[in-house]
Amino acid sequence: MSPTNGRGLRTLSIATIAAIPIALALVFFYAPIEAEEGFLQKIFYLHVPLAIVTLCGFVLGGLMAIMHLRTRDRRWDLRSYVAIHMSLIFGVGTLITGSIWARGSWGHWWVWSEPTLVSFLIIMLLYATYQPLRFAIEDPERQARYASVFAIVAGAFVPMNFLAVRLSSSYLHPRVLGSSSNLPPKMAFTFLVSLAAMALLFATLCSYELTAKRTRMLLKARSRILGFQ
Amino acid sequence: MTPLATAIPGSSNNGYVAAAYIVFFAIVLIYVAIMAVRLRSVERDLRELNERAEQARQDGTRQGETHAQPRERETV
Repeated sequence: MSPTNGRGLRTLSIATIAAIPIALALVFFYAPIEAEEGFLQKIFYLHVPLAIVTLCGFVLGGLMAIMHLRTRDRRWDLRSYVAIHMSLIFGVGTLITGSIWARGSWGHWWVWSEPTLVSFLIIMLLYATYQPLRFAIEDPERQARYASVFAIVAGAFVPMNFLAVRLSSSYLHPRVLGSSSNLPPKMAFTFLVSLAAMALLFATLCSYELTAKRTRMLLKARSRILGFQ
Repeated sequence: MTPLATAIPGSSNNGYVAAAYIVFFAIVLIYVAIMAVRLRSVERDLRELNERAEQARQDGTRQGETHAQPRERETV
């Protein structure tokens, strides 16, 4: 691990540790209570940033995979893998918090006729095949190449899926971004801070994962050089 | 514009809000715990590697000494 990595990680960690309590304080003590959903609407500040960061993470994984195929640099493949791995974890959080919100708001844990929910589940199921596909290939070079191709194709599917859902006519799911959102300023500010905190958490955890993976790889390489493996 | 409540609504949904935030922090906590376990394993591997490297270095020094003695005799 280089000292630069350590410094970056420390700064990111401190920023995340500061941002999360600020976001929570804004959610519970600053943002006004919505008339229709009442206190339940507070889940919005957790669930929506989680969903946005998850989808951005998947797209980011695809972009890093493009960089890997262009440069043949294995570090881009590692970054792509970590971004997708972390997005999957955040995606599970999105599905669970969304289900809890749906139960409180609509009286059902899951609504199959709702395009936003189903499309998100399809994306999650698609990415759930990424790791089995990746680790089914033993040759590291081929593994990285095939995983990159998958990440690019699936990464391109994410915005297309998002647009398709947007264009569909009927939905129950509230819109957050776009012309129909109209959030009051206090709610909008709280939402943006929550989104920034979630993005920072994602970046920090990715950074930790990358550092851990690089350290393990370095350790294995040293063991091989010293003839211990 | 999203309508705002003029009075604090009933607290029937508080449990759902608490559950959502608890689930989120539990996921983060589980992830951090897994990372800690993996970090411990890396530390153990590193310690083992250091010990074996040190052992190999000491063995090399001893071998060097035994090889050096006959050479001394030869020169003498």
